[in-house]
Amino acid sequence: MGAHHGPAKGLTRWLFTTNHKDIGTMYLWFSFAMFLLGGSFAMIIRAELFQPGLQIVQPEFFNQMTTMHGLVMVFGAIMPAFVGLANWMIPLMIGAPDMALPRMNNWSFWILPPTFLLLASTLLMDGGGPNFGWTFYAPLSTTYAPPSVTFFIFAVHAMGISSIMGSINIIATVVNMRAPGMTYMKMPMFVWTWLITAFLLVAVMPVLAGAVTMMLMDIHFGTSFFSAAGGGDPVLFQHVFWFFGHPEVYIIILPAFGVVSEVIPTFSRKPLFGYDSMVYATSSIAFLSFIVWAHHMYTVGMPIAGELFFMYATMLIAVPTAAKVFNWVTTMFKGSITLETPMLFAIAKVFLFTVGGFSGLMLAIAPADFQYHDSYFVVAHFHYTMVAGAIFALSSAVYYWIPKWTGKMYNETMGKTHFWISFIGFNLTFFPQHFVGLAGMPRRIPDYNLMFADFNMMSSIGAFIYGSSQLLFLFNIVRTITHGKPVTDAKVWEGGTTLEWTVPTPAPYHTFTTPPEVK
Amino acid sequence: MTQTTDKNIAKLSIKLLGLVVVMFAFAMWVMPPLYNALCEVLGINGKTGQQYTVVDSQIDTNRTVKVQFVAQNNEAMPWKFAPNTSQVEVHPGESAHVTYYAKNTQDRYMVSQAIPSIVPSRAAEYFHKTECFCFNQQPLAAGADADLALQFIVDRDLPEDIHVITLSYTIFDVTEMAAKQDSVAAASK
Repeated sequence: MGAHHGPAKGLTRWLFTTNHKDIGTMYLWFSFAMFLLGGSFAMIIRAELFQPGLQIVQPEFFNQMTTMHGLVMVFGAIMPAFVGLANWMIPLMIGAPDMALPRMNNWSFWILPPTFLLLASTLLMDGGGPNFGWTFYAPLSTTYAPPSVTFFIFAVHAMGISSIMGSINIIATVVNMRAPGMTYMKMPMFVWTWLITAFLLVAVMPVLAGAVTMMLMDIHFGTSFFSAAGGGDPVLFQHVFWFFGHPEVYIIILPAFGVVSEVIPTFSRKPLFGYDSMVYATSSIAFLSFIVWAHHMYTVGMPIAGELFFMYATMLIAVPTAAKVFNWVTTMFKGSITLETPMLFAIAKVFLFTVGGFSGLMLAIAPADFQYHDSYFVVAHFHYTMVAGAIFALSSAVYYWIPKWTGKMYNETMGKTHFWISFIGFNLTFFPQHFVGLAGMPRRIPDYNLMFADFNMMSSIGAFIYGSSQLLFLFNIVRTITHGKPVTDAKVWEGGTTLEWTVPTPAPYHTFTTPPEVK
Repeated sequence: MTQTTDKNIAKLSIKLLGLVVVMFAFAMWVMPPLYNALCEVLGINGKTGQQYTVVDSQIDTNRTVKVQFVAQNNEAMPWKFAPNTSQVEVHPGESAHVTYYAKNTQDRYMVSQAIPSIVPSRAAEYFHKTECFCFNQQPLAAGADADLALQFIVDRDLPEDIHVITLSYTIFDVTEMAAKQDSVAAASK
């Protein structure tokens, strides 16, 4: 391989790169940095909630922490991490030499670091950073917002542009650059879930941009989209936000479904039990995600017909989701399973996501939701889906593919230790939150009734355990890169069947310059 | 990569970009009016409609409907604001006239806007206003007061089971908003 084909040297390699593997790597490291930043905000929240009363931070700052934790984790950690996986793996899995629009790919990544620097810098501005919750409901985010809200709005615009460019790139790649013979119904499941996710992103990120643009107009240009005094309606904000927000949660979870649909067959040494049903289930979830948004707003005073419609539509989502869960379980059934770290994370993801799915079903019941609404039960529910559902799948993906990326094997003992500490820490953090939520503890509150003290202390201890286990994760990754045992087999895992296991390990800088033939 | 692939990628990307533009336009210019239209047609958020022109003036003297008046101040609004009449009894189809009292208690010029809401919300579409101070912003000089007029007709098609209608006005301070609108309007001229 001549110098022309290898990576450039120095910092400019990363600044100007159009290579899908370089960009994937940058996305993954960036998202990990954001994961640690958002995690440290969570540690501040849990430290304050360790005991009732105000000990460490003031309520104003606490509100900024809950807001920034949500924003950074959703838009800075989870979404870019999955885009990073898509960049690395989609070309390898469909036998393409690179992404379809490599220059745009570079741009969509390099928008992110300045954007999050801007967002984080609002914490140091007069009046503090965003303090209205990651859902930024008007009028909290308009009439009553701190002056830094304008920077927040531009940050949301910029991350939206980045996501939209990333998604257009993914769709263009999957549609046009599959290897000869790879029909849609032969694509690996991870590629399928990302194709559908990318369509969701293209459809709803502009709606989010619309919501923040209307906020900007209300704040600076005298319009009243969300101001009752001028003939607008704050409830409209919630409709626009959740029309984006509900598909958004599937944007987060569908690629995670894709990851476990690769990992579970590999370590069960069996093909996916029902490939076709998995594709149809993913598509139906994506479609249904557009018609259930108002289940986040049962208490705004909707007419009964609306409540019933959104309740039934929401419960309907349990059907394709159950099809997926049964699919993973039946894939494992009678398989020759080995429990390497990626498989442990994948199984835990299936199990814990299902717990989150069940609490979701409880929340879907409109009359019951009037009690659960805005309580810690909701916090427990969405952390079971976001953390156990998405972050566990990401950990699984990193352990699964890191030998292919680096040509080194991670330390299995350390991987398993990371898993068990994460698993215990996670459940200790979030399971008690179901109980305090049902007993009436509201979310986003820095102080609480004495009766919630014990469970909150458990939660905080769990959070510190879970948080520190991520440092072990970081250490394991760095250690793998520097000291890992070299792997040379193309097929790192004996059960791997997709195309990435046909290229040499570590994956060379350029792969599939001549497309493989898929039978 | 072959040239046809390049062409296909370009075509698809432009289509997807089109979808992005359409969805942004949908959020900005379709969702808000659609939301208002739906609320009005279904009468679901208790908002009353715009100025009403009388189409026929027949009065249904067999029924009497009690209309109650309520006033509230938005938390940032210091004015004194109250109905002069707390309730009237009307026949459906009959025109009635009441007034609200407003006084600017501050030592500066202020502009207000009243926002109506009706309970039960089902009655909103049968409550017609031929004249209302809520159609416009109401300015008052420092310390000034005024009686604000409201003229309405309860529709003869009002469902039989509704005997009491409560009309509530919340008054907002829109002084800054009005100034901003003026400057934006002036700038665009």
